[in-house]
Amino acid sequence: MSIEFGIDSFGDLPRGADGNVVSHAQAIRYVVDEAVLADQVGIDVVALGEHHRPEYSISSPETVLAGIATKTSRIRLASGVTVLSSDDPVRVFQRFATVDALSNGRAEVILGRGSFTESFPLFGYDLKDYEILFEEKIDLFHKLLDETPVSWKGTTRAALDQADVFPKTQSGRLTTWVGVGGSPQSVVRTARYGFRLMLAIIGGQPARFAPYVDLYRRATEQFGTAALPVGMHSPGFVADTDEEARELFYPGYREIRDRIGALRGWPPLRRAEFDADVATGSLYVGSPETVARKMADAIQALDVGRFDLIYSAAGTVDAGARLHAVELYGTKVIPMVRDLLSSGKLASRG
Amino acid sequence: MAPTKIRTVGILGAGKVGTVLARLAISAGYEVLIAGSGDPEKIALTIDVLAPGAVPAWPAQAARHADLVILALPLSKYRSLPIDEMAGKLVVDAMNYWWETDGERTDLADPETPTSQIIQTFLPTSRVVKAFNHMGYHDLDEQARPSGQAGRKAIAVAGTERADIETVEGFVESMGFDPVLAGSLVDSRKLQPGWPAFGANLSAGELRRLLELGPADRPR
Repeated sequence: MSIEFGIDSFGDLPRGADGNVVSHAQAIRYVVDEAVLADQVGIDVVALGEHHRPEYSISSPETVLAGIATKTSRIRLASGVTVLSSDDPVRVFQRFATVDALSNGRAEVILGRGSFTESFPLFGYDLKDYEILFEEKIDLFHKLLDETPVSWKGTTRAALDQADVFPKTQSGRLTTWVGVGGSPQSVVRTARYGFRLMLAIIGGQPARFAPYVDLYRRATEQFGTAALPVGMHSPGFVADTDEEARELFYPGYREIRDRIGALRGWPPLRRAEFDADVATGSLYVGSPETVARKMADAIQALDVGRFDLIYSAAGTVDAGARLHAVELYGTKVIPMVRDLLSSGKLASRG
Repeated sequence: MAPTKIRTVGILGAGKVGTVLARLAISAGYEVLIAGSGDPEKIALTIDVLAPGAVPAWPAQAARHADLVILALPLSKYRSLPIDEMAGKLVVDAMNYWWETDGERTDLADPETPTSQIIQTFLPTSRVVKAFNHMGYHDLDEQARPSGQAGRKAIAVAGTERADIETVEGFVESMGFDPVLAGSLVDSRKLQPGWPAFGANLSAGELRRLLELGPADRPR
């Protein structure tokens, strides 16, 4: 099976050459630079997540993707995720169809409910409608993908009567994924609509998610929809050595993890937990060899067709180190993973 | 009162936590009924893949046939619980107030009233014991192991009646964890988000130590 490799960013604010944390504007330009490098070193996809929090610069992924589109030639351009619940499906379709035009058919969208809820009050939605908003909007988005006039009626948005939506895409159908964090119902819903499944695996052992891949495939059989490749995305960081990668990654990762954890009532991260996650959990932090081996193990355990590394999870890391991480991922990690998977070197390791 | 003999476990909630607990209960040899928000047909495939051996059921059915009912649904939906079928039953509350899915709910966020007490008030004749709420569902899934095995993790238990606490301690033990007494239902707030024990994936000794601490004393 051919595996695709992506990088994900939320536009975290790194440190510039002077050691200070950069502005949101500069952080967005760094993401463009990283995507341009990714395009040159053979990374297949760049996926940008929508957030509405001070530590992340990207609230409008497709605007950044549009910037990347005209400076790159082969890398595919995705969101990761687009918070559909608090957006208008018609506008989401139009914006991605526009990125598709600018990039000659390289746009794809990953829809989700998001792991944060700031967008709800920001755009005037009520959290008590969490379920119905996503259910209705994914239904409308699914209809829009046919690129023919749409009639639709629901409770969360004005009805449409034979509405034709422009621009049409180059390929005729926008590649659509749904990002799922671990809710079985979301896996089944993704299969019901025939969307691709992107598993957000940000904690625990990756193999734990194998039953979800099985559930997706079984559900596509039951619904008669196509069993498309499943993807996974997980945080990590690559540097020249294991120690360098861990020490570069940990401070910024911990800072964001603890800030978000405090909102959710989690105790602070302990170094021992971090080290355990790097060793056996869902943090892909280390030298190219270490990260490649761990990725190959996860890809094989879950039988996924795509792996996206959330390389920006190092938070306020040095921007140069982050660019170097993207370079190492493209020039070293990806070829090593391909080699490990094709040579059967993993099978004997149990 | 003698400890309750548990043969059938009814799990209300078929999401992340409910399916993991169902899988553990099947491994422990219990008969398991599991319910989502309604028609069992809607969760049949999910259960067949994620918790094979568990039987999908309507919520009322799962509650009626169970010797022990586990609550693993979003806390904000507690008013939908089948109150009549749960009358007199032993109920394990594994829920937490999670504002991001429950919405902002001042009635569930009062620091003076633990959420398990709200559940006990709503189910006046049921015997509510809090357990399994503080450990993340990944950890629940990965950390269950036989009694006496090195590195076994602990689950805190808080409740009112001594006999019910003992029953749930035995149940926790059978599910693959060391039970740790956290006190009464009033003390169950120590297991809630914002307290040091919340999120704990630790040994019995380490968990006991965290239960001694107040909400501000968060060790690194």
